[in-house]
Amino acid sequence: MAAAERVSAGRVFTLRAAVVAFVLATWEAVSLSGLLFRDVVPSLGAIARALVRTLGSAEFYGHLAVTAGEVGAALVIGGAAGLVAGIALGSSRFLSRAYEPYVYYLGPTPKIIFFPVMIMWFGVASGSKIAMGAISCFFPIAISAAAGVRAIDDVLIRVGRSFRASPWQMATRIYLPAMRAALVNGLRLGLGVAIIGTLLAETKLSNRGVGYLIIQSYATFDMPRMYALIIVLFVLSIGANALLGRLAESRR
Amino acid sequence: MRSDVQARVAGAATLVGALCLVEALIRAGAINRFVVPLPSQILAAIPRIVDEEHVLARFGQTSLEVLWASVLLVVVGIPLGVLLHRLRIARAAFETWVGALAAAPLVLMYPLFLVLFGRSTTTIVMIGFAAGLAPVILKTLEGLVSTREVLLDVGRSFRLTPRQQFTKILLPAALPAVFVGMRLALIFAMINIVGVEFLINFGGLGQLVNELAERYDLPGMYAAILFVVAVSVVFYDLTARLERWLRPNG
Repeated sequence: MAAAERVSAGRVFTLRAAVVAFVLATWEAVSLSGLLFRDVVPSLGAIARALVRTLGSAEFYGHLAVTAGEVGAALVIGGAAGLVAGIALGSSRFLSRAYEPYVYYLGPTPKIIFFPVMIMWFGVASGSKIAMGAISCFFPIAISAAAGVRAIDDVLIRVGRSFRASPWQMATRIYLPAMRAALVNGLRLGLGVAIIGTLLAETKLSNRGVGYLIIQSYATFDMPRMYALIIVLFVLSIGANALLGRLAESRR
Repeated sequence: MRSDVQARVAGAATLVGALCLVEALIRAGAINRFVVPLPSQILAAIPRIVDEEHVLARFGQTSLEVLWASVLLVVVGIPLGVLLHRLRIARAAFETWVGALAAAPLVLMYPLFLVLFGRSTTTIVMIGFAAGLAPVILKTLEGLVSTREVLLDVGRSFRLTPRQQFTKILLPAALPAVFVGMRLALIFAMINIVGVEFLINFGGLGQLVNELAERYDLPGMYAAILFVVAVSVVFYDLTARLERWLRPNG
């Protein structure tokens, strides 16, 4: 780390600016040269115009609200289920031995392949997208919660017991505060995969939401709009992730 | 030890019990059998998807895509990690960017890849590659940075050339971390490759699930999903074993 600090901030800034400028200039050059198929690499001006047009349209915010609502609902459902499952797995050795392998095994499977099943169960409207997001975020949150419970200092638990705390009091006064860092981390991972799960489902089959807008731009070959939407989406999801990360650090 | 075995048996028994319950509920008419097929039908569909849908050939195709993505990851990702380590200024400028890349929902860019590379194997491989790139770079860098100072001093006292210092000291010391990064990257690549196959209806296992869903072949679709889950489990387990085996004092 000490080595990295010796590099002056000014030169770092210059290098970053140079790389960004180089990428943008190359992009514009490729766009103007017509080397790639026309419109695949639209000019920066066209993308900027599409960005402004998208951000200025009421339609976009309607779709964004649909997606945000779906991701939020997915996070509440999948997060609550993951939290309960994780605390149960973390606090009982028996439950952990019996069921945790399944959680670990299903964790790294590509969740999107369950989408046809979710359509059958919850319909083609928002229900199946929320279900996709919820399945996606259940696993990281459950795994983090279980790890968080195991990392709690035994002393805290004994203090709670000696005060004869009820299970509810144990959960809210001892377990949850002691697991805060693990939970925020799980929530961060969970939010990322919930966004991916919900939006991928929207691109596959839907008529509302940002995922639908992106795939519709692709289908109608409106490339500037597609780039604009992807940029907005990335800014929003990286921003949300950074915000949660800051939350985890500031209150420690 | 004995209680561990009991717990595993209890876990497996719950699974079997739940399947039997679903079977009974469907037979009793409490669950619509056109929404959830009978578990016994799903089991019966397994030989069919092996014979008629060539699930093994599709598995081979998906594996080949994962293999190509991992070749790209080794050839591009590890050198980029080394580069960030060698050039301090590059590391200061871009380490946080690579970290942000790791958190970005890259797979959502698949329509962009479709435009650039068409509906082809290239698109699928490139998405797998993009999904795994950040962990390889970051773990390679981490491994190189955390090389013990003593080892570097040994190299210096033997007056190794920078090249020898790299191949004899730094790289071997960083290898365990590099493998951790490669394993993460492979898992990300596999998830995204199967997902994109499903989404763009092209390629191996993911496409099979999509095709069976579109044909409304429910038992076949559930069986194919089961197969994908099995493949992920085996893949996850094998790479975990490989990682433990490669770790020097593990």
